[in-house]
Formats: sequence, structure tokens, C-alpha cells
Amino acid sequence: MDFQLTDEHRLIQATAREFATKDILPRAAALDQAGTFPAEIIQRAAALGFLGISVPEQYGGAGIDAIGNVIIQEELARASAGVQTIVTVNNALVCDPILRFGTDLQRQGYLPALVSGKSLGCYCLTEPSSGSDAMSLQSTARLDGESWILNGTKSFVTSGVEADICIVYARTGTEPGARGISAFIVEKRFPGISVGKVEKKLGIKCSSTAEIALTDCRVPRGNVLGNLNQGGRIALATLDGGRIGIAAQAIGIARAALEESLAYAAARRQFGQPIAEFQAIQWSLADMATRIDAARLLTYRAAYVRQQGVRYTREAAMAKLLASETAMWAAHKGVQIHGGYGYIQDYPVERYFRDAKITEIYEGTSEVQRLVIARQVLEAALGSAR
Amino acid sequence: MAQDIWVVIEHAGGSPKKISLELLGRARQLALNLGGKVVAFLPGSGVKAAASALGARGADIVYVVEHSLLATYTTEGYTAALSDAVRAEQPSVVLIGSTAQGRDLAPRVAARVGATLVTDCASVDVANGDLTVTRPMYTRKAIGTVALSGEGIRIAVVLPAVYPVPPAEATRTADVRTGQVALQPGRIRTTVKEVRAIARESVPLTEADIVVSGGRGLRGPENFALLDALAKTLGAAVGSSRPPVDSGWVPHDYEIGQTGKTVSPQVYLACGISGAPQHQAGMSGSRYIVAINKDPNAPIFQLADLGVVGDLFDILPKLTEAVKKFKAGGE
Amino acid sequence: MNIVVCVKQVPDTEAPIRIRPDGGGIEESGLNLIVNYYDEHATEAGLRLRERFGGTVTLLGVQPERAKEALRTGLAMGADEAILVWDPALVGADHLSVARVLAATIRTLPHDVVICGKLSTDDNAGIVGAALAEYLDLPQATAIAKLEVDSTGSSAVVHREVEGGVEVLGIRLPAVLTVERNLNEPRYPSLPGIMKAKRKEIKVMTLAALGLNPEEIKQASARTRMVKLAAPPKRKAGRMVEGDADGAVAALIAFLKDEAKVL
Repeated sequence: MDFQLTDEHRLIQATAREFATKDILPRAAALDQAGTFPAEIIQRAAALGFLGISVPEQYGGAGIDAIGNVIIQEELARASAGVQTIVTVNNALVCDPILRFGTDLQRQGYLPALVSGKSLGCYCLTEPSSGSDAMSLQSTARLDGESWILNGTKSFVTSGVEADICIVYARTGTEPGARGISAFIVEKRFPGISVGKVEKKLGIKCSSTAEIALTDCRVPRGNVLGNLNQGGRIALATLDGGRIGIAAQAIGIARAALEESLAYAAARRQFGQPIAEFQAIQWSLADMATRIDAARLLTYRAAYVRQQGVRYTREAAMAKLLASETAMWAAHKGVQIHGGYGYIQDYPVERYFRDAKITEIYEGTSEVQRLVIARQVLEAALGSAR
Repeated sequence: MAQDIWVVIEHAGGSPKKISLELLGRARQLALNLGGKVVAFLPGSGVKAAASALGARGADIVYVVEHSLLATYTTEGYTAALSDAVRAEQPSVVLIGSTAQGRDLAPRVAARVGATLVTDCASVDVANGDLTVTRPMYTRKAIGTVALSGEGIRIAVVLPAVYPVPPAEATRTADVRTGQVALQPGRIRTTVKEVRAIARESVPLTEADIVVSGGRGLRGPENFALLDALAKTLGAAVGSSRPPVDSGWVPHDYEIGQTGKTVSPQVYLACGISGAPQHQAGMSGSRYIVAINKDPNAPIFQLADLGVVGDLFDILPKLTEAVKKFKAGGE
Repeated sequence: MNIVVCVKQVPDTEAPIRIRPDGGGIEESGLNLIVNYYDEHATEAGLRLRERFGGTVTLLGVQPERAKEALRTGLAMGADEAILVWDPALVGADHLSVARVLAATIRTLPHDVVICGKLSTDDNAGIVGAALAEYLDLPQATAIAKLEVDSTGSSAVVHREVEGGVEVLGIRLPAVLTVERNLNEPRYPSLPGIMKAKRKEIKVMTLAALGLNPEEIKQASARTRMVKLAAPPKRKAGRMVEGDADGAVAALIAFLKDEAKVL
């Protein structure tokens, strides 16, 4: 088992880190304060290939593997979790399902624009009445000639304001739950889709989170993604990949908290010495470093299993669960290590504290992850006849 | 001759630059050690008049090479002049000031005549026949001691403000010798079209005794006026760390640090500079370091002899006033 | 246009270094090695010339095998090919010897312009570029901050920062140029560029293939020795002043007057 990054992965990491440090980091605090969409950064990221990381070259992507993607997401999130959220959603929740489940026409039609930054993607699954219980969603889609007519409200849509290509899940079948749901590629320019309430959030403020309203939204027949009534399966398969991206995000945030805490502890002097000399601080730093490494390795493992072409649901859920809880815990520690300065917005740790929280919630709460893992673990131990 | 120490005199219109005089002073001390003479190498056109000033500062011999094509510095003109001269005279050591010209010239000469070469020298000594120098390395995270062995000509490019300018002894004179260089215009493949002077009110950064420097904490280009005002009262030069240059507040020639200039003034006053290693690399050799920053945890305070935690927008104007008053004889 | 860019791999300037206890150098293990910052600017300059005139950008390094990573960064930025020259005899080679090896390699390639960083950040020597120009018998312009090549690609006008001003210099090509950081903004390797770089060749050459004698190089280099590497002298701890501006100003005046003695 080789724990070393390949030369290629190291170059990818160095490139992502340099871009994140030079182009994103200096603006991260201001973006969080103003809550404005980082349009310029996203365009520059797109030009470098960050919006279609694993999309094959034939559609303009870089064709980078899952581990490479994890490396990149961590570097971007280390600089700004908000910017990275926009990037990972475009990659994992929009490009990926189109790649895996789309027709050639759909891939040709949408991937190049999503990769180049000409378009931005968003993911519309959650509704006001269906969050963890995603498959109970109530948006409907009925066939009318050559179009599907979609009705419903989607909530908490990342990049809902700026995106022009939306993956929308709606009920097409009579069966309740996952089996009656279909996935659609809906463009903002189609009639009947509009942006509703834009949320004010605790963190990841430069990423917009909005309601999307579908009022007799007319979607061409050819824009069904995958097979009819296959939407539930698509949603779950997509979330597996999305969770790896969120795990990487969480690791980036946690690492930011650790790096800032290390620098602070080395510089801050009390009682005649740097606080890094005190055991209490040292133990906190040690625990942070250990848990971050563990979360990272678990996330690399999930990416590795994905690369093998086999089911990686359990591994992705474990990675997301551990990484997100580590991020929240580490950010909390980071603020504490900074003492009073950790509460002040001049220092970045308070932002990490606010950004970290969402990783325990979206793309499946920690509670849902535990259910997923338990189901996998029990089935493996006891078989399907339990 | 074999024990002589040569100093390449860089001059502006015949007037020797400060660094060249500093090196004459050092050469004098090395020559006492080696038992040789101090030779000031003076290339140019119509520069003989500068010879007496060089004698006063310690040169035993002024070796003048004049040619119309040497009126302005060009790499190939000066390389030919210096190479021909050292090949003929075979000095033990050649000292060159670390200036844009010196750094452009020295490697070419060393390659041409087969000399050994060391640059960025923070000290120059002769010991057991070796030329021994110290030089900062790895962004000033280490100091290297390098020895160039006795065989052949040793060239050292020396940093400014390392050695003091020797006092001028009016009675000291140097012998003037003339050397020749064969130069055809065709062999000089660059043309100096113009040298645009940058109008800066103050002393050049690398020659100033006091440097007042600003960083990101100044918040904007207009606030460099605060530093200008203070620098004027102190007779100081104004510099900056990297962020103001990157943000376009000040031009690149202000920059002090790994990707800018290295300065070693008597006093370095860092205002609103956090003190990243890149910056420290350019100023940690300063004799006295003073820092003003509102962040008590800024790394610059680990380097400062006097660290002031406060608001520079409040302190700088008051400090300027106080210096003015002090110089006017008040308290 | 045939463009050659010299690239050196150096320790990351942002990372701490550990000096070996014997003072012989720095600990090599655990070093983060990167492309010399100025060589990124040099590579960018080469790529822009190719964009304008067509041709190829060839990267060239004289370092051990691990420097391939640095060359791969330049290939990912868009350079066409890379050459790495190495021989055990080059361990401890002085800068002039490195320049000789570079010159010998460049002589085997068509070259209209050779571009180097003005110095490398490990030792700040700034020797190789100008020495290389001498060995190749080409005109040089060092530490250029602006580059304008004429439409025929046969000459250029460059700007060099000199004390107190800017020197505007005309230079005939082929030439050796060393670059200052404000010449350009280096592009990042794009992610597709990194993947494409995998398919580009890094040629490895030996001294023998260049007709150079390893022994001669060792002997020439032996005249320059690193006697010892040490930590810089620690500065005496300073003192801090907090409180109101008037108190701070008084402390500053006292310091400038009594300690630094510049007032």
C-alpha cells in the first residue's frame, strides 16, 4: 500500500495550492464579510480547469481521478470554503451525473459550458418539506406533448442565484418514494423557473443559497437525465460522489484552523514564552493534526475505492462523517487556542468555525451518514435477511 | 600583480559610487594582509580626473582604461576592458560592488578569464591564501562561509553598506596607469538607448542610513505620503514590503525582501509590515530594527529591537512632528 | 522561434530549512522542492514568445533526477519538451561549471533566445545566466523588467532596473536574457495542462554525450568550497511598547537618539 502521492498528484496539489493561496486566500475574508459571489475567481478557476476536474478531455475537462479531485477540493477549501462549495457542486453534483447518466447529446450540450465557466451548475433536490427524507419530495413533472411541465419549490440550492444549469428532481411516477422520481436538466432560460428567497447564512457566505420555484416550468423531453423514474437512484449515486467533495472541504477547513493555530501559538507569548510551549496547547494541536490526517486518509480511501469502479457508498459516508465532525471540532479548538483573538473577525478562525458547521449538515446530515453506514455494516455482517 | 587587490570603480560621470569607495576601504585592509597593492580599476571615457579622489580613499594605483565605447556601461565593452586588464595584470582578488552593473559584469568576466566567483558577499577576508567570504543563503535562513582557493583570480561581488566608506586622506595619492582595450563597435551587441532617471527625492535604498518601510498595514497607496513625510525629516529612504508592490501601490524598486532589494541600514523602521520570512530576508541585516504594527502577534516583533504596538496612522504624523521639533533644537 | 528556458529546482522559500549539524549544508529529507520562482517568470516569457512567433519552448535543467518534477511544472504550463542533464561529478559543481554544461547542451539545440531567472532563491548567486551568455558567445541582458521583441524576432528592446532609474537597452537576438519578477505574471499550469504534460518527454543527457569531461568539471569546481553553513546570528531580544501614541512617539525618539544614535 503506497501512501505517497504520485508526482502527478503532487503537481496537481501544488497548482491548486498556489491558485488558492494567491487568488482566493487574500479575498476570502472580504468575500465572507460582503457575502458576494466570487465571479472573477470562479472564471479564473474555470480557465484553469477547476470546474470540470474529472470530466474527460473530449468535453474540455482535465480527466483527473477521484484522488486528484480530493486533493484539489482540500486546497481550495483551505483558502475559502465558500468558493470551494461553488466549485464542488459544479463538479460533483452537476457535471458528474450528466457524465454518468446523460446521453451523448446531453454531454456534448452541457459539459463543455459547465467546464469552461460559461455556465454554472446547481442541484435541486431538497424541498421545504423534504430534507433528510429526500425521497419524499413533492415537486411534480407531467408530460405535455414534447415537454415536461414541472411544478414545485426547491430549497437550499447552492449557487441557485448564479447557476444557469440545474439538475432538478421531480415526481413522475405514481409510486411513492425513490421509485417515482425522475431527474431533469433544467436551464434557467426555460419558461417557468425562477429564483425565490435568497438565504442569509451562518457561513460559506459567498456561495448563494436560494429557493428555486418551478411554476409550470416547461422542460424539453430530451432533458430527462437517465431513465424515467430512475431519479432516486441517480440522486443517491450522485450524493456518494458529492460526499467525498464535502469531506475534502471539511479537511481543508480543519487544516486552515490547524495552520492558523500553529502560527498563532508560535507567535503569541504569555507568561514569558510562546503558548506553543504549554502542554495544553500542544495536546490540542496534536489532536487536531491526528484527526485531520485520519479524516484525510479516510477520504483518500473513499476516492480510491471509487476509482476501482465499485460501490463506495459506505466509504464516502464514513469519510464525510468523520471529516465534517473533525472540521467542526478543529475549528472550535482553533478559536479556543486563539483566545480572545479567536472571537475577533481580524483573525480567520471565527470564519472557519462558522464555515465548518454546514459540512455536518448538507449532502446528508451526520445522522443520515450514520444510518447509511449502519445499514452497510449490518448488511455486510448479517446479510440481507435481517 | 599577484598579491594585488583590485576594486572595480563604478561611477556616475566620473564620480565614484559609494559602494566602490566602501570596497576601496576594505581592499586597503586586505592588501595589508596580502602584502600587495590596492588597484582601483577605472573604465570609462574622460575619467582620469576621478583618479585623485580614488587615491585619497586608499587606492595605490588607479588603472584607467579609456575608450569612447566605454563612455556608457555595456556588458561586452566593460567585460572586454576588465578581462583584458586582469589577464595582463593577474591580480589576486577583484572586488566588485553588488549593483545592477556589477552583477551583470562579474559572471561574464569570470567565465571569460577562468576566475572563481562568489556573489552577495556580506564579508570578505583573506586567510591562508584563500579568499573567504560569508554570504546569506536560503532566504537569509542561513549564512554560508565560502572559500575561493589561492590559484587564479578570485572575484567577489560585495553587498553595499557592509564596509564603511574610508575617510578621504587629501595627501594620499595614487599612481595612475593606463591600460588598453581593443574594442570594435561590432563586438558590442547591445545599445543603451537611454537611462531614464526615476525622480526620487530621497537617497537610494541601498545607500541610506535609515530606511522607513511600509506594508499592507498602510491600507492604500495614498498613505505612503505618511512615510514620505517622516523620511524627509529623518533624511531616510522609503521602501516597502511585497504586498504594496503586488497591489500596485508603489513600483517594484521600492520592494525590500527576497524578491526585491536587500538593505542593511543603521535603522530600519517597519510600519504596518507583518514581517514574513520573505521580507525579513531583505532587511534582517539592519543594525537596528524598529517596528510599528497594531497586531501584537506580528512576526516582525520577533526581529525588532524596539517594537511599538499601536496605530501607525496616529503615531507616524506625531513622530514626524517630534523629529522636526527635535532637529529644530526643541524637545 | 526556438526558445530555451533554464529551470532550477530549489527548496520552497516559505518552508523552514534545517542546517546539518556538520555545517556541510541543509538536511535534504523532507524538503518541499519547487521551481525557482524567477524561472516561472522565465518560462512564462518563453511561452509568450512562442504564442507570438510560433516554434518550441525547451526547458533545460542541470540537476539530479528529482528535478524532473520542476521540469514537469513547466511542461504543464505549456512548454513543449524538457532536457535534464546530470552526472555524479556535478555534485557540488560551482555555478560557472553549471553554466558550461548548460552551454554545451544548448549548443546541440537550435536556439534563438535563451531565458533564465535572474537568480535562484536557494543561493541568490545570479551567476549562471551571464556566464552562460559568455560561454555561448551571445549578447546578454540581465534582470529585465520589460521585453519587446521586434516583428522579425531578430532584436529586442528591454528595460533593466538600475540604481536610480531604468536602462532601456537594445539587444540583438540570439541572446541570453535573465528575467526580473515584474517582467510578467506567470500562468498557472492548468489542470488539463498537467495531464497533457504526462505525455511530453523529458530527455536525460549525460556529460559524456555532451563531450564534457567529468574530471575537469570536478577540478574546476574544487576551487570554490562551501566551508560551512550556519544559522544566522540571533538578534538580541528587543522590547515592546504599548499604549497611547504620545508614549510611543517618546519611546521612538529616545531610541533613535540614544540607542541607534541617528538623531
